[in-house]
Amino acid sequence: MSAVPLLALAGAGLLLGCLPRPAWRRTGILLVSVTAAYVLQPATPLRHASFWLPTIALGLTVLVWAAVHPADAARRPTLIAGVLLAAVVLGVAAAGYLLRDGPLASLRPPPFTSLLVSAGVVLVAVAAVYASGLRVARALGLGLVLILVAAFIILKTEPLSLAASAWLRRLSGQSADLAAPIDLTWLGFSYLAFRLLHVLLDARAGRLPGVGLDELVSYAFFFPALTAGPIDRVERFVQDLRQSPQLSPQDLREGGGRIIVGLVKKFIVADSLAMIALQPLSAERVTATGWLWVLLYAYSFQLYFDFSGYTDIAIGVGRLAGVRLPENFQRPYLQPSLTAFWNSWHMTLAQWFRGYVFNPLTRALRSARRPWPTAAIVLVGQLSTMILIGLWHGVAWGFVLWGAWHGVGLFLQNRWSSWMRGGAGRLWARPAARRFATIAGVVITFHFVTLGWVWFSLPDPALAGRVFLRLFGG
Amino acid sequence: MADAPVLTPAGSPSRGWGSLLRLAAKTVLLVLVLNLAGVPLNPVATLGRWSVYNSVFPGRLRFPYADDSARSYSVSVMDLEALFHSHDVAGPGRKAGELRVLVIGDSSVWGFRLSPRETLAAHLDRLGLESNGRPLSFYNLGYPTMSLAKDLLLLEGSLEYRPDLIVWLVTLESFPSEVQSASPLVSVNRGMTATVLREAGIDPSRYLPPGAGTRWWADTIVGRRRDLADWFRLQLFGVMWAASGIDYDAEATYPPRADDLDLDPHFHGYGPGEVDESDLAWDVLGAGIRAAGPTPVLIVNEPMFVSRGANSDARYNSFYPRWVYDAYRMWLRARCQASSWTCLDLWDALPADVFTDSAVHYNPAGAETLARRLADSMTAEAAGLDPAP
Repeated sequence: MSAVPLLALAGAGLLLGCLPRPAWRRTGILLVSVTAAYVLQPATPLRHASFWLPTIALGLTVLVWAAVHPADAARRPTLIAGVLLAAVVLGVAAAGYLLRDGPLASLRPPPFTSLLVSAGVVLVAVAAVYASGLRVARALGLGLVLILVAAFIILKTEPLSLAASAWLRRLSGQSADLAAPIDLTWLGFSYLAFRLLHVLLDARAGRLPGVGLDELVSYAFFFPALTAGPIDRVERFVQDLRQSPQLSPQDLREGGGRIIVGLVKKFIVADSLAMIALQPLSAERVTATGWLWVLLYAYSFQLYFDFSGYTDIAIGVGRLAGVRLPENFQRPYLQPSLTAFWNSWHMTLAQWFRGYVFNPLTRALRSARRPWPTAAIVLVGQLSTMILIGLWHGVAWGFVLWGAWHGVGLFLQNRWSSWMRGGAGRLWARPAARRFATIAGVVITFHFVTLGWVWFSLPDPALAGRVFLRLFGG
Repeated sequence: MADAPVLTPAGSPSRGWGSLLRLAAKTVLLVLVLNLAGVPLNPVATLGRWSVYNSVFPGRLRFPYADDSARSYSVSVMDLEALFHSHDVAGPGRKAGELRVLVIGDSSVWGFRLSPRETLAAHLDRLGLESNGRPLSFYNLGYPTMSLAKDLLLLEGSLEYRPDLIVWLVTLESFPSEVQSASPLVSVNRGMTATVLREAGIDPSRYLPPGAGTRWWADTIVGRRRDLADWFRLQLFGVMWAASGIDYDAEATYPPRADDLDLDPHFHGYGPGEVDESDLAWDVLGAGIRAAGPTPVLIVNEPMFVSRGANSDARYNSFYPRWVYDAYRMWLRARCQASSWTCLDLWDALPADVFTDSAVHYNPAGAETLARRLADSMTAEAAGLDPAP
């Protein structure tokens, strides 16, 4: 995303923070967030897709709310939220019909009748779930989990998204021969899906607090975090939303400062490093070991500054709007162990996988009829979790290898830590030895992570393997 | 025990809207002052003289130019200081006893579709020519776009690097008055070009049509942000240049130069007999030779593709109808004789199969053939130079 839309989001956050009444701010956050999903959605050659994709995301979120809605949900706020959401969708469609220029001109909304029919279907579904009992809601919840996971897999797997694009093209009367995976570029779906899955899974586990329709949509679509996270937890987000304090000088200073730092990180540091960072073309062209290391370091830092820059901007804008988003990065390259790295790199995603994959999996293995040895539980838990984190970025061998690299690394580190907790740990009891161990840990962890980026940055595992060998003089 | 109250001095400057507004006002003022300071300080020219090339990284073998920066590891900067300081010619000191030969011209000299080690200058360098026991070192100072005014600008700039011989490859397409300012290097450095032309006794308005004029804020930091960013990107690409030796990425496939030609007798809109010798920028060519002063200049009419396809009886290639090119060669020969310029007409020196995507771009074999053809003239010219280092 370029600096202009990010600055526009910052302006929106500032305006929302300045609204004098909390209710106005909450409504403003809802309206701006949903509108932003349409405005920021990239145009795709698939007919009407740039309108339908945010609309489907909104429809899914509404259905998720229907599946998890509290039994005592007040009807009036729900009705108001429904009317507001319908107004945004119709307003955006009207702007798409009427405007020739501007950010909504590329939306190309579908004919009005199909819009009304779709809105009717969602409305009827919500009303049916709303009026029916808990069993229907639970069944819908399970169905939505499957739909979200299936959609996620299709979008992240190139052959599947190509096939889906071809099918959708035929459906809309376009040539299937021109189908491309990029046709289904769905802004922020990776984050939206994980937020909604968190809501659905917590609801099944009975951990979800009562959340209104407007609150859930604001949570799922919260505009600063729409494109690059962080993945907040709904109960924490809703707490902030309900308090929604008016902008204070401290908010402005800290939020504004965070935005400036984020812009510098993203548009000056990361974009500069991107020019020399390792990528498939440069990996083929550069053969000298020393220069390959330079390119790899550049990639490592580019990734950090790019992603953490976006996070800084999101946190800063959120702060202006009255919501304190969670931190996503805490000096990850200065951590003395791989575990500490994963506690400070893309923290909200790591926490998500820890909560919904690693913990349930290791619990299940531990409580199996024939309990597994601890080392095997750790290996299976770490490996499967990290490979899934890899696949979250895209279904490709490079991401699988990257996940496996970290899974094995975490396992080895776990075994090392266990060994150190035993007698070997006494060797490092002296302060000087501990200091040395910390410094060595930081250097080793950084290089382990950086070497892992080879698999991440080069989609072709054969090329990644060759680069790996060349990095060590091969 | 109750929490101790947080003590904040009354009127503390670190809190409240007032202090924030003051901070914002100061920031805006500082940004404005720094931005306006760009007008007298001209940071682009100052930065242009500072380069990571020839210090941290090796100098480039030709001027930076790119259609696709990300793939070419290069960027088309328009600041002449930045151009020269990124080039090997601005490197620290001369090689022992070398005779510096600068090769100037258009994209064919620069080496379109060639790697930096396949260009004419690179091939000349590889021939290991010597004169009076001194090695001849060749520097590629060609730059894409056809314009004698652009060549003159670069020739003027190159004199700072004390050349011993200048080889200037020209072709008719660089001569028409209207193409002189078409080169971005000329249009962006309009003021500098006007000065160079004026110093050579040429009325700049002949070649530089009146521009829209620039507003004062175009010279502020914000106004020149593009130039500053390009300079910065050029320095960063030093890493990739040093790491890969690549400075240009041409697409592997391209439409080849046309063999069959349209039956169009016009040249720049003029029909047969309508182009007069005075329509061409001979004065700019002469200005370059005069500007070189005691440094000898060898003018080479560069080779071009000669078609044998349809309508080749009327045209040599897509650039030139026969009537105008024949006249141009005649005028060039006469000028060279009348002004005692050293000239070499190599218009048909290369076979048709070496030309790539245009009538003047050749492949590595073409560059090597041309280098061999030029070698004798080069050593003959250099023989007249001071034998002592």
